[in-house]
Amino acid sequence: MTALQARMATSKSGADFSASVMTIEIGPAHPAMHGIVRLTTQLDGELIVGMEPEIGYLHRGFEKESENSKWIQVIPYTDRLNYVSPLLCNIGYSMAVEKLYGIEAPRRAEFTRVIMGEISRITDHLTCLGAAAMEIGAFTFFLWFIKAREYLYELVEEMTGARLTTNWTRFGGNSMDLPDGFLSDLADRLSKLEGIMEECDKLLTRNKIFIDRVKDVGTISKEDALSYGFSGPMLRACGIPFDVRRADAYSVYDELDFEIPVGSTGDCFDRFLVRMEEIRQSTSIIKQAADKMPEGPFMTDERMLHYPDKKDVYGNIEGLIDHFKMVMEGHHPPAGEIYMPTEGGNGEMGFYLVSDGSGDPVRVRMRPPCFNFVQAMPLMTVGHYVADIVPIFGSVNMIGGELDR
Amino acid sequence: MSESIKSDEMNADREAGKLTALLKQKFPNDVLDFHAHRSDETVVIERDSLDSVCRFLRDDSRCAFEIMLDITAVDGLEMNMKPRFEMVYHFKSLTHASRIRLKVPLEEDDCRIASISPIWKSADWYERECFDMFGIIFEGHPDLRRILMYEEFEGHPLRKDYPIDKQQPLMELKEIEERHTYGREL
Repeated sequence: MTALQARMATSKSGADFSASVMTIEIGPAHPAMHGIVRLTTQLDGELIVGMEPEIGYLHRGFEKESENSKWIQVIPYTDRLNYVSPLLCNIGYSMAVEKLYGIEAPRRAEFTRVIMGEISRITDHLTCLGAAAMEIGAFTFFLWFIKAREYLYELVEEMTGARLTTNWTRFGGNSMDLPDGFLSDLADRLSKLEGIMEECDKLLTRNKIFIDRVKDVGTISKEDALSYGFSGPMLRACGIPFDVRRADAYSVYDELDFEIPVGSTGDCFDRFLVRMEEIRQSTSIIKQAADKMPEGPFMTDERMLHYPDKKDVYGNIEGLIDHFKMVMEGHHPPAGEIYMPTEGGNGEMGFYLVSDGSGDPVRVRMRPPCFNFVQAMPLMTVGHYVADIVPIFGSVNMIGGELDR
Repeated sequence: MSESIKSDEMNADREAGKLTALLKQKFPNDVLDFHAHRSDETVVIERDSLDSVCRFLRDDSRCAFEIMLDITAVDGLEMNMKPRFEMVYHFKSLTHASRIRLKVPLEEDDCRIASISPIWKSADWYERECFDMFGIIFEGHPDLRRILMYEEFEGHPLRKDYPIDKQQPLMELKEIEERHTYGREL
């Protein structure tokens, strides 16, 4: 705030100060705005004196649409929430419905989910860091990170058949088991990723030009971060080691060994470092999960949760009836309400579901982690210069699909 | 599922957790109901006590809920819920690694509730969203406007009586001065 205070002190009177304020709208369709969001910025010279984010440009009515669908039909919608880590949204929603049922997926399914979820987290962080670095001039870094992301997207494609619209999980398991040779492909891709990470680390982490743009920019204090409901890398960059994977130990994360990187000052540079370290930690989690991958089913055998095998559908009357009822009526989670927190790419992605037992969702609510970050944009930007909006907004990692739902 | 398992589950749901017991002791007249379905501690409270309960949750060392995670509402029109609306708040405590859910029933013809944005900043936008989607008025909110929909939008889309296929006219883009209220305090 020092630059702002200095400017206010030098201006002769309050009236004089406000007369020189100019309003500039950044976005909604601006290359640095990552999705579509408008930042109405008030500038005094190049100094930001006021900012107001305006969101909702990508509102598709996820919640309304979900509440007018069957439970299973919501899974493809969750792909479109955080579209750089769609698998994490799939997993979050499926685990929420499983909690509503009071069941757990088989261990093999959980380990596969951990692998795919962490791959998604890495693609999320790679996209965020790559784009943020490109916007402040590090174009090579962006290309290399997108190359690394491409290696991982190929794995996602191998597993799910799609790069983005994965629609992969089901209630009580996954739609597919690991394809043949997946784990060796995985090891190969991870070693390539590690190579790229090492190169990019050398390229940027101690680069003076880069550090000058991000150090002490967009700082947010611990207290403000908590009050604004921050979570994920943004909160950890402030020095608070809150990670839902550890704090709520869902899935099989308690059997895997990983560190929670934290920053100290909560500026853009800390967020960069935290995300870089999280990519390395996720790589290690994937390796451990691949080593521990148990044999067994990848889908629960609970009746009326999964579609019966085709040999049962055509072979016996129970299978046929189950199949018919699944197709015609869908899932019937028992009446109740649950909140399932999971660690998304951006922070705590929680699903709040209400069921009345009738087979139609009453309420499907997703807590969007980057909602809070965009809300705190004025706090992080006022007092900085207009050029700082770009690294700050880059570090926020706003994902329109998740923000506006 | 056999009946005995079902009733065991029901009993577990009815067991008051530590936080529930604390709230019941502190606000004996305001706690209307509680449950712990799937071990999510849930306390239903009286509307007027929301502010004091929230302050207690944040400031008391036995609670220490630093993060207000989420605010949403449930429209119980199709479930014939009485009263029709229910506010749902989720909190997270890092100190005690605990979570709690507060629920506040709201009458349809009096959808008003105190804003908790003075207590947690994150409530500001969540309350705007809840106002936008459900038409619930948050008293004491500094800037209660629509957030995801546009100003001219009529109705509240997440209410169950709002038809999913209803169309509304496109709006002309307004001039910059009309779009924003710049008189607001920065």
